[in-house]
Amino acid sequence: MTEPLIDPLVWLILLPLAWATLAFVLGPSRGAWLGIAGLAAQCGLAFELAQKVGAGGTAVHAVGGWGAPLGIDLAVDGLSAAMLLLTQAVALPLAIYARSYFKADDSAGTWFWPLTGFLIAGLNALFVSADLFNIYVTLELVGLAAVGLVAAGGGAQQVAAALRYLFATLVGSGAYLLGVSLIYSVYGTVSITTLLPLVTDDAPRLVWIAGALMVAGLMLKTALFPFHFWLPPAHGGAPAPVSALLSALVVKASFYLILRLWLGPLQPLLSVFAWLMALLGAAAIFWGSWQAIRAVKLKRLIAYSTVAQLGYLFLIFPLLAAPGALQAGVMQVFAHGLAKAGMFAAAGVLIKATGRDTVAGLAGAVERLPVTMFAFALSGMTLMGLPPSSGFLAKWQIIEAALAQGQWIIAVVVLAGGLLAAVYVFRVLRQAFLLTPASAAFAPVSRTLEWCAFALAAASVLLGLRGVELMQLLGAGT
Amino acid sequence: MTTGFVFALAGAALFALGVAGVVLIGHLLRRILAFNLMGSGACLVLVGLAQRHDLADPVPQAMVLTGIVVAVAATALALALVRKLHALTGQLELPDDADD
Amino acid sequence: MKRMVVALVVTLALAFVLLLTGAMLELEPAAIDLRAPVSAHLADSGVTHPVNAVLLNYRGYDTLLEIAVLLLALLAILAVVGDAPASPSRAAHPVLQTLGRLATPLMVVVAVYLLWAGAFRPGGAFQAGAVLAAAAVLLHLVGLLPGWSTPRLRLRIGLAAGFALFLAVAAALLTQGSLLQYPPDAAGALILLIESGLTVSLALILAGLFLFLAREEGA
Repeated sequence: MTEPLIDPLVWLILLPLAWATLAFVLGPSRGAWLGIAGLAAQCGLAFELAQKVGAGGTAVHAVGGWGAPLGIDLAVDGLSAAMLLLTQAVALPLAIYARSYFKADDSAGTWFWPLTGFLIAGLNALFVSADLFNIYVTLELVGLAAVGLVAAGGGAQQVAAALRYLFATLVGSGAYLLGVSLIYSVYGTVSITTLLPLVTDDAPRLVWIAGALMVAGLMLKTALFPFHFWLPPAHGGAPAPVSALLSALVVKASFYLILRLWLGPLQPLLSVFAWLMALLGAAAIFWGSWQAIRAVKLKRLIAYSTVAQLGYLFLIFPLLAAPGALQAGVMQVFAHGLAKAGMFAAAGVLIKATGRDTVAGLAGAVERLPVTMFAFALSGMTLMGLPPSSGFLAKWQIIEAALAQGQWIIAVVVLAGGLLAAVYVFRVLRQAFLLTPASAAFAPVSRTLEWCAFALAAASVLLGLRGVELMQLLGAGT
Repeated sequence: MTTGFVFALAGAALFALGVAGVVLIGHLLRRILAFNLMGSGACLVLVGLAQRHDLADPVPQAMVLTGIVVAVAATALALALVRKLHALTGQLELPDDADD
Repeated sequence: MKRMVVALVVTLALAFVLLLTGAMLELEPAAIDLRAPVSAHLADSGVTHPVNAVLLNYRGYDTLLEIAVLLLALLAILAVVGDAPASPSRAAHPVLQTLGRLATPLMVVVAVYLLWAGAFRPGGAFQAGAVLAAAAVLLHLVGLLPGWSTPRLRLRIGLAAGFALFLAVAAALLTQGSLLQYPPDAAGALILLIESGLTVSLALILAGLFLFLAREEGA
């Protein structure tokens, strides 16, 4: 066993809190280096933790030495370890990207580092927490950090988008908190491990209401249709690295919580809602894709694509009887996380170069920014579900699980979604491949930005070739 | 009907009022007030139901203290955003999301 | 259309309250009662008041994260507000200023008492910090304390120091056990140390939530 001093579970929470605080005190230039160094160390810790979990099952840390239900427990199984890996693996390239992206006097750049540090700390704390009320505090940490990142240094549009996001996220957490209150009143504890054997099919009515409240609140925070109204302005209006972090990681955190509740304490109750979730997921795919096809602004298009891709995650709920469905869901989380981060990063480069945020403004981009367009295309590959990308693997696994259980309608929805994604991806690519008018001006863009976007997009494709290890990790300790 | 239950029922009503307020009201300051009602309602339910048999339970009281601090932080951020929006646009309602 | 939406939301809200009321009234006693373990370990927790024992020891990790949330909210506010200069303070009526001058030392004394009393009755760092912050806001309102512009290094250290101290103690305790595992004989002293640091920082953060916003509008 590793020494307690370098217990990766705990340091994944303490380290980002520490560098975020230092980044605030020392200022943005040193803050950037602190952030990148901290995230690199966290990547190492996440890998170590994943190896430990893969080899030996779950890891538990009783904070304060008390143990649940008196104290708070931190627990890591395959699912949590995978989410931690994704978070650090996406955040590190985005941090390197952000360092070059923000101009020196940009208020958004000054505050990016401490806010992102708290965001990552909150995400890490969320993924390992085994206490329902502690999860509420981590949800607020993540939510307020995300709102701050959206609003920082912005004009009226960005501030309005941030306010809309703030109200949505606060109503979501409020509903979740009421649910936790009701569960405590029935069982006298908020510890997930303690609750597992206590919640049965004949739980009192209050527990059903609590479960519905918690899932509804989390659905609002995941922007599942019809609660998606806040996402396009927030993700579409924020600076590119912020949009990438939000689309890739923040919305996945509340989805992870729905999964955790579904597979854990509230399992007997929530399976009733499985087809409702799948229906809303399908609606999200169609509505999001339709809006993406119609979008005029590039970042809005990508944000609507997020709404659509999140729909795939909810298609797995009727299929959870087989373990393949959970693996498919997590693979989709990874695929979308890496691809969307890469896509927003590429969009950031394109917007910097052309000076405008429109799809039409991308005419001729492939000649001036080939690396960036290649990155965009690779991300698009994953979103469409083309082999050998991880997006293909995820969608293939969903279709396989659906057909194995006779739910062919889900397979049809997945295929249709892939086609719709192709429409809006090719919209952008076609524009980029157009011949340039002579007067079009492309501002020079730092190489770092292009290669960071490329790294993320390539990772989303290459993950498809190494999907087996991820599946093994998920199998451990579940 | 112990006092704990009365608190819990009041909390449920406040929560519903708060959510309805955030969803329906346009004026931003009143929406923030509605959010505070919602948070207070949830906290009242937590504390009220825990002492429904007239025995004080310290754990939910500590949780509510944490919840209050979190609500203060969120309210402060919301107010700062509203002030900034007012400074930039002169409005105290959210503009319609122009999907261009 | 709008009236239909309003009617729908109101109906749903009413139905929800009725449903919740019905469900609450049919509650049995809870399966687990945490009051017993709270009292059983109270002697080892470092404080004698059960609520503060839960807040500072048994569930101290929640407190750590909640202070992070508060600090984060301040940072987000600073990010939103940007670099506008602080408005000059407007002097209020001399009677009010005198009241402010008289009240402030009393508030400081009350705050110190609240911090110390947190060990054995309701009190602690948050309450003390809130009273100190209220004193700062009062002084600003009567014109004796100007609003704050973008914080410089000293103020930044003050804002972050309490949380940093908490983190440092938590990390140091990792060497001899789990996160935030206070050894029973040193628990009281460690908690008082953390709380003192937190009082200063929380006072600055809570005051800052008001004073950083006291700027000219339309900047």
